[in-house]
Amino acid sequence: MKKIVLLLTSLMLVLTGCGKNVETDPNKPLAGTTIYVYNWGDYIAEDTIERFTKETGIKVIYDTFESNEAMYAKYKSGAINYDVLIPSDYMIEKLISENELLPLNFDNIPNAKYIDSSFKNLSYDPQNIYSVPYMWGTLGIIYNKEMVDEEVDSWNILWDSKYKGKIIMMESVRDSFAVALKRLGYSLNSTNKTEVDEAFATLVEQGPLVQAYVMDQVKDKMIGEEAALAVIYAGDAVYCMDQNENLGYAVPKEGTNFFVDAMVIPKTSKNKEGAEAFINFMNDPEIALNNTEYIGYSTPHTEAKAMLDEEVRNNPDAYPPKELIEKCEVFVDLGPEMTAYYNDKWNELKASLR
Amino acid sequence: MVKRGIEKIYLGLIILFLYAPILTLIVFSFNDSKSRAKWGGFTLKWYKNMLNDPLISKSLYYTLAIALLASVIATIIGTLAAIGIHVMRKKTKSLVLNVTYMPVLNPDIVTGISLMLFFVAVGLKLGFTSMLIAHITFNIPYVILNILPKLSSLNKFTYEAALDLGAHPMQAIWKVIIPEIMPNIITGFLLAFTLSLDDFVISYFTTGSGVTNLSITIYTMTRRGIKPEINALSTMLFLSVLILLLIINNRTEKQTKKLGGSNV
Repeated sequence: MKKIVLLLTSLMLVLTGCGKNVETDPNKPLAGTTIYVYNWGDYIAEDTIERFTKETGIKVIYDTFESNEAMYAKYKSGAINYDVLIPSDYMIEKLISENELLPLNFDNIPNAKYIDSSFKNLSYDPQNIYSVPYMWGTLGIIYNKEMVDEEVDSWNILWDSKYKGKIIMMESVRDSFAVALKRLGYSLNSTNKTEVDEAFATLVEQGPLVQAYVMDQVKDKMIGEEAALAVIYAGDAVYCMDQNENLGYAVPKEGTNFFVDAMVIPKTSKNKEGAEAFINFMNDPEIALNNTEYIGYSTPHTEAKAMLDEEVRNNPDAYPPKELIEKCEVFVDLGPEMTAYYNDKWNELKASLR
Repeated sequence: MVKRGIEKIYLGLIILFLYAPILTLIVFSFNDSKSRAKWGGFTLKWYKNMLNDPLISKSLYYTLAIALLASVIATIIGTLAAIGIHVMRKKTKSLVLNVTYMPVLNPDIVTGISLMLFFVAVGLKLGFTSMLIAHITFNIPYVILNILPKLSSLNKFTYEAALDLGAHPMQAIWKVIIPEIMPNIITGFLLAFTLSLDDFVISYFTTGSGVTNLSITIYTMTRRGIKPEINALSTMLFLSVLILLLIINNRTEKQTKKLGGSNV
């Protein structure tokens, strides 16, 4: 019993005993303040936050989420007043449309100048006032080099009957239609019903060749060599290629979807200057380099990219050439009517395969 | 003879089925390659990295702190509650027992969401305290349900004898009843501790900013894949719980021998 009491008291001491020592250093005007940061799990180099606190004196309460939707739900519940969120493009568009974000004061974020102009003024934040890009990646094809001899450079390979039963598509309306639409040379945000119908017809035609429509299991299936070709996001592809060296990744020449995860400040922020200091710090060339090396996703930061290993920097799958990037698009909210139309067509496709 | 052989094989298969996944996890925590499919040589680097990862060590700290505090507090409350329920009249007893069963039968998600709504409604800031209260809440019934059967099998005259010999009721409980039910208190505590250790759903809804336990941290890693450090950590946790169990088993065995196996 005594031992338990002792243990409890020592625990209590540990829990409450962290005293504050606020210094007044003219170089650290925000020292002693706190910011709340909400980011994807395992999506920052391990020492970044410690270094930020050391440099600025700002304390960081750091939380992680596993999906944009979970982030949105937690943010909307209002339980916590976050200062910095790092969601993906379409979620930022949604937050902007709901008036949830504060315009950034770029005087406090001078390092934003390092962001590549291809990642500014994208459709989710057309005037570039709410967000600073953090990481990005493309949708592409992962393939097993032992099973696929030819060069993979086009979506057409997913319609090749040679690979019947060895193709994996995504269990996601927008991603699957993006593949079909891009293959036909249309925009992946098409709101033209004839184009969508045409894409739908090709997806039905492709149906018998497809082994499965899956989401996360694609990683295990490709690592376990259960399939030859799969539609996948670059980040997941990097993970798979780490695990199985027979795998390769390619961005089709017709263009594709790309995602951007960007840093934004929600209107609940109680320490906007601290949040801006954090965003600025994240765009410090050395910190940005450290993060992209740790995560393995592509960085929109020009200086960080220039400092990367030549092998990574010149890898066209991680950093496609400019002409190809110009053919890529981010997802745009289609509006309720077209979203419903896509969903109907998707259900029709799934029903036709049964 | 043949029958015994088959029995042994059957038992072996069951044990294999139960422990093969954990064994795999332990083996792969020493795997030099990041893969879960390929063996890349022996290494201890994940154990080293695990200790250096601020997020993992923070989650481990919160997991252990919450589990320890919650199970100790729940054991104290649960033991007192069990003794109280034991001496209740039949009608009140069944009523209270049913109320006690509720959280056990309730799906975790209902408990989690209702606790969250409650905390928000009473204005408690979500964080360490709210998560601790939630864990104590779902632990208490398990402690009570562990102790009650033992109480009903006790010889009630020992308590009365203690009173006759001049003990104060509190002394009688402390010196007679508590020692008798100690093994069940300990199993109740252990059950509460393990339940609290691996709870995800309730913690997910009742935690606030900056406070995450291991299961939440692991869950948020899904987009990027589970880090191998987690294998190392799980191995450590499994071994600690195993050692804890062995010590307690050893102790209770010795105790039963000392008591001459009077109470079963």
